[in-house]
Amino acid sequence: MSQMNLTGARALFMREVRRFLKVNMQTIVTPALTAMLYLVIFRYAMGDRHVPGMEVDYFTFLVPGLAMMAMMQNAFANTSSSMIMGKVMGMQIYLLMAPLSAFEVVAAFLLAAVVRAVVVAAAFLVVLLPFVDFSMPHPGIALVYGICASLMMGGMGLIGGMWARDFDQVAMVTNFVILPLTFLSGVFYSVQQLPPFWQAINNANPFFYLTDGFRYGFLGVGDTDPFASMGVVLVSVVVTCLACWQLWRSGWRMKE
Amino acid sequence: MYALEINGLGKVYEKGNRALNDVSLRVPQGSFFALLGPNGAGKSTMINILADIVRPSEGRVTLLGHDLFSERNWCKRRMGVVPQEIAFDPFFTPHEVLRFTAGLFGCRPDEAWLDELLERLELTRHAGKKARQLSGGMRRRLLVAQALVHRPELVILDEPTAGVDVELRRRLWDFMRELNAGGTTILLTTHYLDEAEELCDHVAIIDRGQLLTAQPMRTLMREIASSWLWLNYGRPVTLTDEDQVALAGFEPRGSEEGVCLKLGQSQDGQSTFHQAYQAAVARFGPPMDAGVRREDLEDVFLRLTGHGSQAQGSGVKS
Ligand SMILES: Nc1ncnc2c1ncn2[C@@H]1O[C@H](COP(=O)(O)OP(=O)(O)OP(=O)(O)O)[C@@H](O)[C@H]1O
Ligand SMILES: [Mg+2]
Repeated sequence: MSQMNLTGARALFMREVRRFLKVNMQTIVTPALTAMLYLVIFRYAMGDRHVPGMEVDYFTFLVPGLAMMAMMQNAFANTSSSMIMGKVMGMQIYLLMAPLSAFEVVAAFLLAAVVRAVVVAAAFLVVLLPFVDFSMPHPGIALVYGICASLMMGGMGLIGGMWARDFDQVAMVTNFVILPLTFLSGVFYSVQQLPPFWQAINNANPFFYLTDGFRYGFLGVGDTDPFASMGVVLVSVVVTCLACWQLWRSGWRMKE
Repeated sequence: MYALEINGLGKVYEKGNRALNDVSLRVPQGSFFALLGPNGAGKSTMINILADIVRPSEGRVTLLGHDLFSERNWCKRRMGVVPQEIAFDPFFTPHEVLRFTAGLFGCRPDEAWLDELLERLELTRHAGKKARQLSGGMRRRLLVAQALVHRPELVILDEPTAGVDVELRRRLWDFMRELNAGGTTILLTTHYLDEAEELCDHVAIIDRGQLLTAQPMRTLMREIASSWLWLNYGRPVTLTDEDQVALAGFEPRGSEEGVCLKLGQSQDGQSTFHQAYQAAVARFGPPMDAGVRREDLEDVFLRLTGHGSQAQGSGVKS
């Protein structure tokens, strides 16, 4: 009935991208450096050890895992911080007053989150280029998993930001939900190294499939079959996006 | 045609707090409409419902003949709202904010119009500052500019002049008047009643969620505003029961300096000035000074909102 407002969605997307570019020290450089720091620490802690049951050394194993972790955390940070800032500063009402559909709003936020995630991962990987051999046997798979993870985390950030009433509550979600989920998604280890109980926990974590699939795309090794996991991943992404759409449409925590 | 037709609008906030109760109101197209009421009357609630920031509990609204709730986006493109709460994006400059807002409303960049808005709202000099470096009054003016980026047919301003200095307030009103002369309907709330009286051609007064009156300004002032004869005796006057009886019909009031008598019209349509004056002189002797003061909007407002039932009664009586 009402026509799409593509100009509006584009304006919102551009604002979201500009927002993180304006404070790129905080939003790009720092996260890339953090990932680098992890890499250096583990390199010295683990030496030249190989990952049990895999054909790669620990250092190479870590690189895609850390890239994925940075993508997930930054996608989440992008949407959640923008959302809570908009709420606290009051400017979120402009998104409510503008002739934008829920689809347009959610799409703009999620795409910007994907851009932030990709930029951070690229910043991290580009620096490593001289030191690591990225043969990338399945770049397509890596790309799909990377984008799916960013969409999902961007969506969770949107929901978390809508739910939160202040910056503290966003920090709470970040520290108690997002950090554990990403740390325990197999960034630092192969599940085969874990005792059965922790393996079960791992298998219930959707981000485990994302990290593992992404690593498969990079290195051609992994704990799961990336094609079989694709189903789980796509369903999770679709459910997250639909939840965002429905919540925004209903004005959840946004409209009195 | 009405810019807005509001029918039976009601809002109950969580915890059963009723902010609007069965408000029906028509805003004629092209009017300059004042929505007045004391703090907490429900003005912002009403405006926020129109802006899609607050959900209504009941009621219907049409904007230029289109149903507001089922044709939201059509309506949103034709409506610009200045919120009461200051909202700003600390990272962006006024110019960026305006460009972004225009984009949200689906407008292609029209730099000339944005520049004009900055100019008219005296923000040109500050267009390159970050929003957090702006003063309170500048931020408020930026909100006004944001409401106008898409050239809306209906502009709704919720206390646009709060915190804006006299000079700029006047220029802001001049700008609004110009827009209104160009056909834009303007609905505003303000606590500066003298400004409302001077600017607006229609007025509605609400209190505690109830609509008390909605009329063209002139009708309201003619029918509800009354004239008072004041007589200065240079001393405080306390009215005795005898005074009350003798001056009954003039609603006499004693004051610090003398007395006030309400004027009305006698049967033949003449003002009761002469009778009132005679009656006062008969009781208190000739005054040192005297005059007639017509109530202004502020007096009417205080009378209507001051004491609930009596106020409504007087509205009906005249
Ligand atoms: N978010 C809210 N939750 C609960 N009650 C609210 C909320 N916002 C407003 N109210 C209540 O609704 C009533 C009307 O408030 P509203 O803000 O509409 O008044 P107003 O006429 O705009 O007043 P003011 O002149 O102070 O701006 C008040 O009693 C207020 O306490
Ligand atoms: Mg208000």
